[in-house]
Amino acid sequence: MCLAIPGRVVRWIERESPFCEAEIQFFEVYRKCNMSCVPEAEEGDYVIVHAGVAISKVDTAIAEQLLIEISSSDVWDELHGSEA
Amino acid sequence: MNSNASMFTCPVLSSDDQERITLAHGEGARLTRELIQRRILPLFLNETLASLGDAARLAPVSGPLAFSSDSFVVSPLFFPGGDIGKLSIYGTTNDLAVAGAEPLWMSLSLIIEEGLPFATLDRVLQSAADAARSVGVSVVTGDTKVVPRGAADGLFITTSGIGYYPDDQTYDCRQIQPGDCLIVTGDIARHGMSILAARESLGIVSEIQSDCDSLLPAVRRLREAAIPIRAMRDATRGGVAAVLHEWSLACGHTLTVTEQRVPVRPQVRGICELLGLDPLFVANEGTMIVAVPETAVGRAIETLRQSAATSQAVEIGRVGRRKLAPVTVIRSLGREIPLDEPSGAFLPRIC
Amino acid sequence: MKYIDEYRDPQLAAYWVDKIRSIATKRWTIMEVCGGQTHGLLRYGIDEALEDVVEMLHGPGCPVCVTPASAIEHAITLAQRPKTILTTFGDMMRVPGAKISLLQARSQGADVRVVYSPLDAVEVAKHHPESQVVFFAVGFETTAPATGLAVLQAQRLGLTNFSLLCVHVRVEPAMQSIVQSPNNRVQGFLAAGHVCTVMGYDCYQDFVKDYRIPIVVTGFEPVDLLRGIYECVRQLEHRQCEVANEYARSVRSEGNLHARAIIEQVFGVADRPWRGLGVIPQGGLVLRDEFREFDSAFRFPEMAIPLAESSECQSGAVMMGRIRPTQCPQFGVACTPQTPLGAPMVSSEGACAAYYAYQSRSKISSSSAES
Repeated sequence: MCLAIPGRVVRWIERESPFCEAEIQFFEVYRKCNMSCVPEAEEGDYVIVHAGVAISKVDTAIAEQLLIEISSSDVWDELHGSEA
Repeated sequence: MNSNASMFTCPVLSSDDQERITLAHGEGARLTRELIQRRILPLFLNETLASLGDAARLAPVSGPLAFSSDSFVVSPLFFPGGDIGKLSIYGTTNDLAVAGAEPLWMSLSLIIEEGLPFATLDRVLQSAADAARSVGVSVVTGDTKVVPRGAADGLFITTSGIGYYPDDQTYDCRQIQPGDCLIVTGDIARHGMSILAARESLGIVSEIQSDCDSLLPAVRRLREAAIPIRAMRDATRGGVAAVLHEWSLACGHTLTVTEQRVPVRPQVRGICELLGLDPLFVANEGTMIVAVPETAVGRAIETLRQSAATSQAVEIGRVGRRKLAPVTVIRSLGREIPLDEPSGAFLPRIC
Repeated sequence: MKYIDEYRDPQLAAYWVDKIRSIATKRWTIMEVCGGQTHGLLRYGIDEALEDVVEMLHGPGCPVCVTPASAIEHAITLAQRPKTILTTFGDMMRVPGAKISLLQARSQGADVRVVYSPLDAVEVAKHHPESQVVFFAVGFETTAPATGLAVLQAQRLGLTNFSLLCVHVRVEPAMQSIVQSPNNRVQGFLAAGHVCTVMGYDCYQDFVKDYRIPIVVTGFEPVDLLRGIYECVRQLEHRQCEVANEYARSVRSEGNLHARAIIEQVFGVADRPWRGLGVIPQGGLVLRDEFREFDSAFRFPEMAIPLAESSECQSGAVMMGRIRPTQCPQFGVACTPQTPLGAPMVSSEGACAAYYAYQSRSKISSSSAES
């Protein structure tokens, strides 16, 4: 269950209140989302949003690491090896 | 006590009359006549309509005729990229166009909910008149009814269109054969998503515009270029998936599309990802699917790209010999997977 | 879009498919807990690609499917009250209660509105002070913080016209009831990535020890799913049973503490009947007493009539992984998405509906091989 997708924090709308909100970008559409669970997120960060509530900040270091892993020798070699 | 006061106000003379449609405007008497003569006739002016007969007397046409009818119940009446007026003209003329016919005449009937502001009606009618002019079709007959508050959603429009076949070529999805190519004439799902973004209080901010447009110029060009078309269909309700299922049922073959080839704008993708919807099932109002023999696909795409409404035409799939599933889709993993037939209510999901 | 498209990369997916094949020495039986994962597996044909090395069982992780019919009846009753607006997620609209669905109730005049967020339901209440607004709250721990925030927001605004029909459920007790079942076939779990985003995976440490079964926290995109399956197969091949996190860009071991605090503040744990599965001990979330005024059962003490499940529907056996949807005699015959006998055929996330949409995949490939 639980459809949740990553979006980019465009700007904080209300950071202080317990019902803090930010504008989040998904592809090229925008929606106001509740940020109570990710108060540490900054503009430009990616958050995972479910039912209008950001439930986590994407750990970009880990995500990038996966992408490096993808482009690193072993995977690409195998990929291109299997293509050839 | 406002409501009590209004009980003693003559409904015909109430000041509200100046701004809003009342039931009296639908009763066939003076107010109806005034409504038609002041607000409708000047916009659609032509000799046949001006005669105000009970039936339009049409000039003889040689050869078979095409006749199509459609009802429009869109809410909101105005949406980014269009409105119910424009939609009601293009919807029916597109249906004629993809059947291979040139539209000649149309009817336009209004079911108006009591209380609709005249200003709204005027805008819708102006838009419909502009659309009719742009495709060169005459609105020659029509009707106006007013229903009590709650019995309609602002305004419903029904249009019918009559056209002629300019040549012998008939487009028929039963002619589709294995090996044929499937073309989509533009990026998909914009109409449905623009309506959803405008209608449901989903709080989504986007610049999505409906693709609401006329397909006639594109169809005319295909005809002039003598492209051997098997079938064309505008991918309205149920989107691309609905057209493919109808065609498969008619021709008996399996139609396969490659998801990554189907153009989808980032705004549309954003809403679809957010709400768990598949763009292949979302309505379009100015985008069609064209089936052509493989030998003609290059020329067909080149020709389509000369018209503004179809300038993004691209091949998205093939027709193959019948498998168990009538329609299949190849998603990013390269596996061929059945594509379901669109069913029932179109609801955003969260789970 | 970043963090979506790269996880749908076909070459990368092919790489992981090969990698899983290369380490599997036998066919393992793995259950993906979450309906979103089921959808991804079938949508991209992943289960079929791995058919000979992994049998995927589709778990109970579809909140729509496990919501008791009596709750839907209750929602319909509330929606039919005068001056009442029932709000819920689009998913719940088509699920049949005893007789009709919320969609049908709406066509009969009930005011039922689809919202994207529980917080939007609070907005509806704010703008309709003359009406009672009930939010029909379904979902797992992923959704509970959003519902909790809605309650807190309504409290802060002093709204007296907002309440919850709360049917939130908890995933872990359901996983327990599956492994405790005498017919259990599950050898490894893909845990639900977004539930774990909220709750973390520390809670599974005892589980893997007690039941000697690997649990891999897994995301939803094709590459995420394949990485989760790979880790699960790898552990099974090495006779390991650990908690692993293959959705680390979103999931931390402790979960999201802010989200957990909201759940803790607003909800307590209670036994709960799940549709098709019976009562699951500690399987549900209920509003705490201090939020009782926001409980629709407290505000409108109409009794919901307890209803029997359709005896023809074997949803319990399907969700427990005992039978495949296609093994149910009603599948595709009396029970289709247009005429569902039970919830798993209604929700697009439900195992039966997913099978119906994607059925005959294997037959496609075999017939194309013939041609």
